[in-house]
Amino acid sequence: MIHIVDYGAGNLRSLQNAFEFIGMATRVSDKPGDLASAEKILLPGVGAFAHAMGNLEQQGFVEPLQSSVRAGVPVLGICLGMQLLLTTSDEHGRVEGLDLIHGAVTKLDCAEKIPHMGWNEIEVSSSSRLLKGLPQSGFAYFVHSYVCHPVDGGHVAARFDYVGEFCAAIERENIFGVQFHPEKSQEVGLQILMNFGEM
Amino acid sequence: MLAKRIIPCLDVKDGRVVKGVQFEDLRDAGDPVALARHYVAERADELVFLDITASKEKRPIVYQLVERVAEQVFIPFTIGGGLTSVQEIREILKRGADKVTLNTAAVRNPQLISDGASAFGSQCIVVAVDAKQVAAQRWEIFTHGGSRPTGLDAIAWAQRVERLGAGEIMLTSMDRDGSTAGYDLELTRRVSSSVGIPVIASGGVGEMSHFRDAFSLGQADAALAASVFHFGKFSVAQVKDYLTDHDIHVRR
Repeated sequence: MIHIVDYGAGNLRSLQNAFEFIGMATRVSDKPGDLASAEKILLPGVGAFAHAMGNLEQQGFVEPLQSSVRAGVPVLGICLGMQLLLTTSDEHGRVEGLDLIHGAVTKLDCAEKIPHMGWNEIEVSSSSRLLKGLPQSGFAYFVHSYVCHPVDGGHVAARFDYVGEFCAAIERENIFGVQFHPEKSQEVGLQILMNFGEM
Repeated sequence: MLAKRIIPCLDVKDGRVVKGVQFEDLRDAGDPVALARHYVAERADELVFLDITASKEKRPIVYQLVERVAEQVFIPFTIGGGLTSVQEIREILKRGADKVTLNTAAVRNPQLISDGASAFGSQCIVVAVDAKQVAAQRWEIFTHGGSRPTGLDAIAWAQRVERLGAGEIMLTSMDRDGSTAGYDLELTRRVSSSVGIPVIASGGVGEMSHFRDAFSLGQADAALAASVFHFGKFSVAQVKDYLTDHDIHVRR
């Protein structure tokens, strides 16, 4: 069963619907104790990094999340949920994240409109397990103002071009993250959720 | 690079599509979900549903529609029509819609924009700006489907809604709406160049070249259309082929 972590970070309905559409069962977990039985963990997120991290801490999710991941349970962070997997963020001062992948989250630095909102091509790394079976260059739906910078470039699973190259997806062993919204990215997104569900 | 977006708009009354037409793959042209799926298959980038019933008593029908769309449509979609409170916005977003449009209520109570943006994030709040040209280089905001003048200057209002926290502007030319003369490009360009948030051009599309003009001359980020798609004058896919041929970057 895929557990969707419910820590008050916005709407989970679309994610549940997407998994249901591809025939995969999910369960919304608002209790950290539930994670011990999770086969896979999905970490959603919208809003501000500090607020989300604060909620995770307050609800006691930080330690259970980290230990599940250490035990090899696949985890997929979506949008802000991906950013939370990194070491620190600059959003509203320097805030510590889950540090499951070394790196920093910083404000998107480019000459274009921010937030970066809409359909953007992603260039997929051929070695990605999460993104396998996708066209090498497909479109995904983004809404964000901050981006991830993993220390190890090898952890970048996809990039997008928005007057500069940025990280669209990360991957390290059982840890995965996508900056875009697979549940809103039509067949590209559903394929990604299917790949994750089948791990 | 971000793609320019093509957005079909569906007018819905009592849960049924108004002016629905029959496509070959549709069993029920009046079913908003079936029509939505048709447009998604044609690679529409987003969908807008405008509830023209817009009465409080019938709001549950809209909520039900949102649920049904969210179960089957995996691209972003927006709900608009008579929304007046943060609570109504919450009811719509929690059922799986991505954005709401605010129109008359935003003019009457601009704080609804900031309240909505701080509760759900700016990306959820689209402000519908309905403008009519009243003099050379001057457009005024009208409410109630273009019947009621407000005295508000369209450019100044667009800038104000951005400051209040709107994430996007859906800009309709009331002069062009319902015509096939093309978007009001001067209005679209003036608004687009006056704000830092995306602008959706709306009102008046009749030819495929009108989409190209909205992006190239109007500097719009997205273009919305209703009847050309509903009446099958051309499909979303054809528009995207046309735009690609004319060097406009779209998702295909």
